[in-house]
Amino acid sequence: MRLTVNGQPVETNAPPGQLLIDLLRADLGLTGTKEACSVGVCGACTVLLDGRMVASCLALAAQAEGADVVTVEGLADDERLDPIQEAFLERGGLQCGICTPGQLVAARSLLNANPAPSEDDAKRWMMGNLCRCTGYYQILEAIAAASQGEA
Amino acid sequence: MLHDFTFHRPGTLPEALALLDEHGYDARPFAGGTALVVLMKQSLALPEHLVSLDGIEGMSEIRLDGEALHIGALVRHRDVETSPLVREAAPLLAETYGRVATVRIRNMATVGGGLAHADPAQDPPAALIALGASVRAVSSRGARTIAVEDLFFDYYESALEPDEIIESVAVPRPAPDARSVYLKFLPRTEDDYATVAVAAVGEVDDGVCTDVRVALIAAAPTPVRATEVERTLTGQPVTAEAIREAAEAVRDHVDPLDDFRGSADYKREMAVVFTRRALERTLLAEDA
Repeated sequence: MRLTVNGQPVETNAPPGQLLIDLLRADLGLTGTKEACSVGVCGACTVLLDGRMVASCLALAAQAEGADVVTVEGLADDERLDPIQEAFLERGGLQCGICTPGQLVAARSLLNANPAPSEDDAKRWMMGNLCRCTGYYQILEAIAAASQGEA
Repeated sequence: MLHDFTFHRPGTLPEALALLDEHGYDARPFAGGTALVVLMKQSLALPEHLVSLDGIEGMSEIRLDGEALHIGALVRHRDVETSPLVREAAPLLAETYGRVATVRIRNMATVGGGLAHADPAQDPPAALIALGASVRAVSSRGARTIAVEDLFFDYYESALEPDEIIESVAVPRPAPDARSVYLKFLPRTEDDYATVAVAAVGEVDDGVCTDVRVALIAAAPTPVRATEVERTLTGQPVTAEAIREAAEAVRDHVDPLDDFRGSADYKREMAVVFTRRALERTLLAEDA
């Protein structure tokens, strides 16, 4: 089975029962993507599948055949961070960091779909990304900052 | 890693149906995966064969044909929510699909898969029943039409046979002056399943209710249509008192479970309250 991960072609013999998150983390070593709730509720495992954010803990690896997958590792361009990553750093949009990869991919996905989201748009989009440190205000501020910088 | 199974990738609908026919109860059709993968993780479903419907053409379109919207079974929830065609022809449907879980899940979950899962707490059947929608179910034996209100038998049990899949959903376009609403009671979080939820579609002419349809989810072992409420109001002058009385009849339609979203008694009361509010919004609105 072939797919593209963060712009690189990948060939793998994923068994049918393998989940996308396990292909990414265990086989490809892309451990930025986290698994927390394992039932699609918390958002830690968010990746982009053909440009749309999905829960990689609920996707079979087989569903990514021929697809273009982007993980948190694929956001930065070499040493240059994505503007949303810069904004999270500047605004303190993270504490313990476990939810952060999912938050970043979800926020990137929001700005791709809607470059100038209102605060309500951002809340509705991000509501499935849980942060137990409750850094939500800073996360929303980071999204607003990144959207203004990019608009 | 899930259990060991064979993942089939049929390229056409007849090939998919032949696989389901061949493997019977040992096979499950597979589309978005959001429901079935969770069931497999919990060992509640351990099919030996998954028949992926992903590569099948012609099941991912939304089109308006005469007076009905036709939504392919592989259309994602998010695409119903954001479709300009759906928003224009049946805004209730776009609104209701947009209330399911989160964007991430709506990007994965399909219209056909959600209905076949037959979870009585899923949002879409409320709107689909209130709009009088039906599904086209196909198998290698042929095709049949099933009204969404007749699609569900019990918790997670639908009228579909093991060799049958939903091919598309037909949603009659509501009358131009019909008003509709979906009210989802969410005392916990915005992305939760409803404690109870109600969809209503109604028409009022010169102060008289000429047509009304009401459906609830998360209130019984299946989504339910509140026919007694409808019968009480249809043909009658619309007043706040008439609505209040009619909403009481919903008690006989619901049969909720005690769980962490509320006791059965509480949910039954809330079913009445939310039915009343939904009727007020559809029938009593100032410009109705």
